[in-house]
Amino acid sequence: MTRPGAPADIRIFAGLAALAFIAVLVCGALAGLAVEGAGDLSGALSAFDPYLLRVARFTLWQAALSTLLSVLPALFLARALSRHPVFPGRGFILQLFAVPLALPAIVVALGVLALLGRAGFMADALGKLAGGTWPGIYGLSGILVAHVFFNLPLAARLFLEALQTVPSDQWRLASQLGMGARAGFRLIEWPALRQALPGVAGLVFMLCVTSFTIVLTLGGGPAASTLEVAIYQALRFDFDPARAVALTLLQIGLTVLVVSVLAWLGANTSGDANLQVAPPRRYLAAGGAETAINAGLIVLALAFVAGPMVAIVAAGLQADLGRLAGEAAVQRAAATSIVLAFVSAFISALLSLALVAARRALSSRRRGGRKRLFEHAVETGAGFVLVVPPIVIGAGWFLVLRHFGDLFAVAPAMVAAVNAVMAMPFAVRAVRPAYDAASERHDLLCAQLGVSGWNRFTLIDWPVLRRPLATAFAFAMALSLGDLGVIALFGSDSVQTLPYLLLARMGSYRTQDAAGLALLLGLVCLALVLAADRLGRERRT
Amino acid sequence: MRSLLFALVSAAVLAVVAPASAKDKLTIYTYESFTADWGPGPVVKKNFEAECGCEVDFVSVADGVALLNRLKLEGGSTKADLVLGLDTNLTAEAKATGLFAPHGPVSNVDVPGGWSDDTFVPYDYGYFAVVYDTESLKEPPKSLKDLVEGDPNQKIVIEDPRTSTPGLGLVLWMKSVYGDKAAEAWSKLKGRVLTVTPGWSEAYGLFTKGEAPMVLSYTTSPAYHMIEDKTDRYQAASFAEGHYLQIEVAGMTRHGAENPLAQEFLAFMTGPGFQDAVPETQWMYPAGKMDKPLDPVFDRLVEPAKTLIFSSDDVAANRKAWVDEWLGVMSK
Amino acid sequence: MNDRTQNGVSVRLENVAFSYGEARFVFDAEFRAGAITAVMGASGSGKSTLLNLVAGFESPQAGRVRIGGEDVTALPASMRPVSMVFQENNLFAHLSVEANVGLGRSPSLRLAAQDRERVEAALARTGLAGKGKRLPRELSGGERQRVALARVLVRERPVLLLDEPFASLGPALRDDMLDLVARLQAERCMTVLFVTHQPDDARRIADHVVFIEGGKVAASGAAAGFFADDGPDVFRRYAGTNGRESRHVARKPT
Repeated sequence: MTRPGAPADIRIFAGLAALAFIAVLVCGALAGLAVEGAGDLSGALSAFDPYLLRVARFTLWQAALSTLLSVLPALFLARALSRHPVFPGRGFILQLFAVPLALPAIVVALGVLALLGRAGFMADALGKLAGGTWPGIYGLSGILVAHVFFNLPLAARLFLEALQTVPSDQWRLASQLGMGARAGFRLIEWPALRQALPGVAGLVFMLCVTSFTIVLTLGGGPAASTLEVAIYQALRFDFDPARAVALTLLQIGLTVLVVSVLAWLGANTSGDANLQVAPPRRYLAAGGAETAINAGLIVLALAFVAGPMVAIVAAGLQADLGRLAGEAAVQRAAATSIVLAFVSAFISALLSLALVAARRALSSRRRGGRKRLFEHAVETGAGFVLVVPPIVIGAGWFLVLRHFGDLFAVAPAMVAAVNAVMAMPFAVRAVRPAYDAASERHDLLCAQLGVSGWNRFTLIDWPVLRRPLATAFAFAMALSLGDLGVIALFGSDSVQTLPYLLLARMGSYRTQDAAGLALLLGLVCLALVLAADRLGRERRT
Repeated sequence: MRSLLFALVSAAVLAVVAPASAKDKLTIYTYESFTADWGPGPVVKKNFEAECGCEVDFVSVADGVALLNRLKLEGGSTKADLVLGLDTNLTAEAKATGLFAPHGPVSNVDVPGGWSDDTFVPYDYGYFAVVYDTESLKEPPKSLKDLVEGDPNQKIVIEDPRTSTPGLGLVLWMKSVYGDKAAEAWSKLKGRVLTVTPGWSEAYGLFTKGEAPMVLSYTTSPAYHMIEDKTDRYQAASFAEGHYLQIEVAGMTRHGAENPLAQEFLAFMTGPGFQDAVPETQWMYPAGKMDKPLDPVFDRLVEPAKTLIFSSDDVAANRKAWVDEWLGVMSK
Repeated sequence: MNDRTQNGVSVRLENVAFSYGEARFVFDAEFRAGAITAVMGASGSGKSTLLNLVAGFESPQAGRVRIGGEDVTALPASMRPVSMVFQENNLFAHLSVEANVGLGRSPSLRLAAQDRERVEAALARTGLAGKGKRLPRELSGGERQRVALARVLVRERPVLLLDEPFASLGPALRDDMLDLVARLQAERCMTVLFVTHQPDDARRIADHVVFIEGGKVAASGAAAGFFADDGPDVFRRYAGTNGRESRHVARKPT
């Protein structure tokens, strides 16, 4: 159907292409495993036992709690950061917030334990509080602390991105009307945050659902175990592809269910497209008290995020960094990591832009009717790749490709593609609010002037989307920098990355080297994020 | 432009042609820590290449389990001549793939309890042990029974048998000592377990950070600390019931059976050119003949009163049931 | 083409049906070629929808849109002989005034020397000479709408749609802008459809008035008769006392 207002839209084709890429990557792998495993379905069937039920329940429970604890404070943290757009160190805090994503889970676990563990920095004080020796944070609490460490900064940055789409007119209006902190939040910030909320919460939820090392290491025992562990076990020790597929499908199914409910709850409360600015009943001075609270919030969050990082840095400084940096293996791994992260982030940004644009094109075409399946797929469907374990994708594709020559030669491409797709949901969250806002402002004008396609991207969209795209890029890069997923199961000499090297050293008693590499990894991540931020800021007038 | 094109084309041609015109090649699949700069790989490569006038090409993956998985993934199309790095708990499963060929005569094999496998050849071995921190634990357990029934405030970090080799090792150890009463023993030990990590690295990391005074590792772990870190702080506890044995092996693939170098390497592997490098790179005991004496530190290590081991076939047949038993107790 | 610019083109909506959510619209109307028609009506009556249908931002579920006799129903917005100025968001905030106007010549901003001259001339004509390098945020509200008008000039389309572009300007400034529109219209002989809430605006420059109510054209006629005591009832109800009180105010100054 061709409509004058929305001619056969290149954005929709782009979205279609991105969706196809993701679908092929995931379904191809599942199909590869399914074909291999079709001969023996007994493992898949026997997997569904009472223990699995317990695991599934725990998986969802810990993910839900982690999400709540990450997202709720992140809302207020983002708000505090947006209320104070200029203060010394703000930029650095935001850059620091991207680093946890790049750190391997075990490094983070050890960092958290360096503070809160039985032998941690705070153990004595906490022990006195608890009245006895400090038992550590093993169990649900440890899992939650580590998950919040990973996800709170992420959620805060994504929320901040959403807040930055609030037009400055609204802020002027707010200050003119003398809106206090509460009214400003309710009338201006909350509507923007609420739009981003289901997406961000869904993202965090999915990350926690697939958590593996954290859950096992800090969980205190196999009672704290996730579906991901069962999938890993099915592929690694039992090599039972059918069971791996069955468990993966279960994991996807459960997550879709929860995230749909989340989206539905979010949709339920939305509805006022036009912000009603009622005259505020009270006139609050936006002054001392609020600034103090905000400052407190930011300091608290910074302490929470920086604490384990300081521990990681302190441990890293014990290592012989000069020797490490001079090692050929380290240099090769660092180069490999950087190249892979860069390529993945680039593909990821492209994919997310295509999906975001297609979603927008579809929703403005729809005019208040019901969403079609395609729009759902572009909007949230693609995000569910996050709960497909990378080892499943890796194993599936190796099975598919083994009939076509040297499959380990394609390992680097595989790693880049999988990382790109896994980082895509993050990139989407970063780009979408800005894209939608820009589209709202520019669509009619562009339609009228015939500015479309490449012209539109370079002249109109790029200047506006530069900053959010840089954020997306930074996240995608951090994420793929820390990734181990695809190669963890098989390893491959051609994709020895820094985290891979780190775990290898850790596995050979070389804990100091590993600590040094963790520091190096963090620094590389910080440098890349810094570069991405520069890229986003440059030429801003 | 043209010269660039020429350069590219000739480079590509060289890349394709060069290996064929080079020396005979032996491709060995192994794990990462074997080929690492500090592992035995570099020395072994140099020594064998000098002996055979050939070229050794290591392809490394994360660990022994990944090694078997990679082989399963590649199936008959594998390029591996040799696979080095499986342990006896995996060999039955490895044989079942039908990808391995029997080896020819090898001499010097020396492992506790002797060796008679026709497919795999051992290159090193070690015993699982509880390693403890002498600074925080003055009286280490003297037996598995001590460990199981001791003070629950003295914690131990263990590995998950579903995801790691030492984890499985402890399940087998408990089974070989407690037999049908293993579940009971586990439910007693449960209170002492601080946490169950997915792999050895995580457990050992927690241990060296001081989170727990004990960790499941190897009798040879202290050798690393004594030689490399020059500290006696970490020691293995000797258990009266004996220690469970882990033997690491290499095997020749059917593909490799056509390469005479594969058999030659297996014979070389049990000799000094390989074995001399084992103790202080693998931190395991040599399974063959060494020329140079063991570092005296190795004499100070725990010598098991008794060697415990299940046959590879027993492990393959019972692994799932025993791990499920463990899981049933531990996840209550 | 030449013929059109001299005599203007007519705009016709033939039983154009459209719905948005609950609201339904059916427009059947002709707008005189080369004249200014004021489109009036209460909020939500469908004024903007009517303009969007002409511009091609919305597509009708039934009926035809004809401009200069040609059926443009299936043409995308950028292909229609129409320029539209919105109430806001007429400019790209990150592009200079020149670039914003230049987009009217080339959507890829590849401007030949001749195009640049036209842009310069249009800026001069709209009173923006020397402000080409500025960014929209460095301009006043009135100046921003002048930029939009300058772009209308360089696009050279025979139909101009104005969706309350001056609603936010002060009375004196608004009158200036209205007069500018009237002059430009006279020069180019454009067909102008012009949405306003202000009867004074309509009196000032409109030749005709179309009154919309409940999603359709409820009344139409020459501006002169529309505002008289015996004007259409529906309009008098809408205008209330306002229409009566100001009936003696001078109409179009031209």
